[in-house]
Amino acid sequence: MELTTFWFAVIAFLWTGYFVLEGFDFGVGMLVPVLSRSEAERKQVLGTIGPVWDGNEVWLITAVGAMFAAFPAWYAGLLSEFYLPVMLVLVGLIVRGVGLEWRGKVQHSSDRAWCDTGVLVGSALPAFLWGAVFADLLRNSATAALAGGVFSLSLCLLHGAVFVALKTTGPVRARARRAALIAAVVAVPSAVVVLSGIPASGGSAAGQSGAVWVWACALTSVAALAAGVALTWRGRDGWAFAATASSIVLASAALFGALWPAPFPGLTVAEAASGPYTLGVLTWIGLIALPFVLGYQAWSYWVFRKRLTAGAS
Amino acid sequence: MDALDLARWQFGITTVYHFLFVPLTIGLGVFVAGLQTAWHRTGKEHYLRLTKFFGKLFLINFAMGVVTGIVQEFQFGMNWSEYSIFVGDVFGAPLALEALLAFFLESTFIGLWIFGWDKLPKRVHLATIWIAVIGSNLSAYFILAANAWMKHPVGYEVVDGRARMTDLWAVLTNSTALAQVPHVIAGSFVVAGGFVLAVCGYNIMRERRAHPGETTPHGTHEAHGTRGTTSRALLPGGTGPARRDGAGIWRTPMRAALLMTAIAGALVAGTGDLSAKLLHEQQPMKLAAAEGLERDTAGAPFSPVPGVEVPMLLSFLATNDPNAVIQGTEDLQARFEKQFGPGDYRPNLPVVFWSFRVMIVFGLSTVGLSVLGLWLTRGRRRDPRPPREVPDWFARICLPALPLPPLAMIAGWLLSEVGRQPWTVQGELLTAASVSPGVSLTEVAVSLAVFTALYGALALAEVVLLVRYVKAGPEPTPVVPVPSPPSPRDSRDDDARLQPTLMY
Repeated sequence: MELTTFWFAVIAFLWTGYFVLEGFDFGVGMLVPVLSRSEAERKQVLGTIGPVWDGNEVWLITAVGAMFAAFPAWYAGLLSEFYLPVMLVLVGLIVRGVGLEWRGKVQHSSDRAWCDTGVLVGSALPAFLWGAVFADLLRNSATAALAGGVFSLSLCLLHGAVFVALKTTGPVRARARRAALIAAVVAVPSAVVVLSGIPASGGSAAGQSGAVWVWACALTSVAALAAGVALTWRGRDGWAFAATASSIVLASAALFGALWPAPFPGLTVAEAASGPYTLGVLTWIGLIALPFVLGYQAWSYWVFRKRLTAGAS
Repeated sequence: MDALDLARWQFGITTVYHFLFVPLTIGLGVFVAGLQTAWHRTGKEHYLRLTKFFGKLFLINFAMGVVTGIVQEFQFGMNWSEYSIFVGDVFGAPLALEALLAFFLESTFIGLWIFGWDKLPKRVHLATIWIAVIGSNLSAYFILAANAWMKHPVGYEVVDGRARMTDLWAVLTNSTALAQVPHVIAGSFVVAGGFVLAVCGYNIMRERRAHPGETTPHGTHEAHGTRGTTSRALLPGGTGPARRDGAGIWRTPMRAALLMTAIAGALVAGTGDLSAKLLHEQQPMKLAAAEGLERDTAGAPFSPVPGVEVPMLLSFLATNDPNAVIQGTEDLQARFEKQFGPGDYRPNLPVVFWSFRVMIVFGLSTVGLSVLGLWLTRGRRRDPRPPREVPDWFARICLPALPLPPLAMIAGWLLSEVGRQPWTVQGELLTAASVSPGVSLTEVAVSLAVFTALYGALALAEVVLLVRYVKAGPEPTPVVPVPSPPSPRDSRDDDARLQPTLMY
């Protein structure tokens, strides 16, 4: 495989990891007020992502860092073109991170409410905006951006609710299942609209957008999402989470498939790419380091694998 | 006022603000890891209490470092797209390596440390904080290597108007980076040391005020036989012999912080000297501006304040040769115009001149304070008497000294970054040519206003939070979590006192 193709795939992989992992973080952050009735339950809900959200966020930082290193013109074009949405994403990530970290350290319930607001707003903003930004990148229309935002927001809600159902016991778990089913009312139809729009978008350079495998990814993504809803209905939390996660992976694959080979209007990966030397050394370092990263991140999920009960945070 | 000016202000504000938290995170992380190691090795309970206490302060601050850091990575693309396209090939590499090799490590293991107290074996749990700390330091290294390349570009060639990396090893072992990394990391230990000193000094004074009888004038030891071993040692919070001087459990961390600050301070001075020598070769304009030297001068004097000059010292400091020629700003300007065409190649001279002095004076006073403190509390070898007390006045000045090291650090950054102007990449790319062409003045203005307001509010919240925790002090029984009472008054616990909790 050519190095530019390989690095495009690496960046797609990093964004996909980010969407899957922070997808449920965002959902959980938005669902706190819906799923919890007491402080103990709020701790229970937030405890599901407490140990891992920071590590999940690094997927974004690595994805953007890799874009900077491998495709500087793509990185610069995307961030300066979507200046205000990206700024709002950053504001969201700031208030969310501070809210999550400080929540356990403030003492008054009013301060905790501030933190909860930060977590809610900070989860909703990126959840909506990333969908809107990428939809706009593909189709360049406000309607498409809105639809993309609604889709990614509802998908995060569904994915997060399924994650909470998987990670908790008691009334919170029951409420999370119900929330997942309610979120599905928006998520599944908008998935049909948005995902079928990806391969039909014409893409920014009309390269791969009509390709069969992009269609296949988009359609399987919708199917996986529907399966996730059905599995939640049947109470199979683990399989349901696997299904919503696969749905995000496939949607992301369709997205980046449609973006290939011109990830930004008027800019092909070949034009945007760094020199072969840079890509070469980064490939070696990445290939050596990535297994370790995946290993210890998986280990941290293993350490915190137990379901959380309210009151024993 | 155009988008370029605002983008520069935004970069300055977001970077300086980010850098208020990063040094404290780096230094305090190692300090906390050290405390936990001491607990692990000795099993003494007060080390655990201190670990949890300083750990909490560390985490409050850590959060701010993390969230403000994300902005840094994005704003190159947002505000400086031309810069990003020009340098991405070289500059992006250390940034990507930072994320891959350092951030993942740091953030994953900090999560394991915070939530893993009762889930991991003790030894593994201790390892998690050390790994997280290694991550922070690695990240500092990569970011400083990227920054150093802007000042002294190496390992690249310009092809089709873009920098192309030819040698990653050269970029990572840039002489400027190798001088800057220990300088900044040691500076971070001074910042953290000053922070710990302030916390300890404040608490020592508070405990002495609460138990005035226990304080004795410095050096009198007659009463020692009866103090500390009697009923007072049983007072809540009393933990053994250290209590004799009314310093409670604070004497140990204070001594540790004094030692840390003194050693790190020596390193800061040494590497700072190295940096000055590199400036002479690589960025003569910055050196001249820092010294206010206008003309090329052989045997250049060092001028601590305008009007006072120590002959030949600058030449000696910059080159080890008292008679060497140091270039001046005006002569350099003439030479740069010849080399790069018309334009002003001088940075903001007063800012560079004064930030250099602030850095040196504030930095050295912190180090002086720590050396003084070490002397005042020095041990008595082969002497049965207890170690010297922390004098009241010393404990008292630790708190007002708190802002000195962070201000020195920020002044250092201003010297370094303002002194680089008008270049983003020395000799290769001007700042004016780096800004995003497609971004409007309004967009930059909006984001500048939003970030400034948000950062201001968060700074206030962080200070309130830190002060509250310092005042609350360490929890008395950290080993057993105190179960919160099943309270029907959950909504009105505003007046509740700080309750002992676990780390979260």
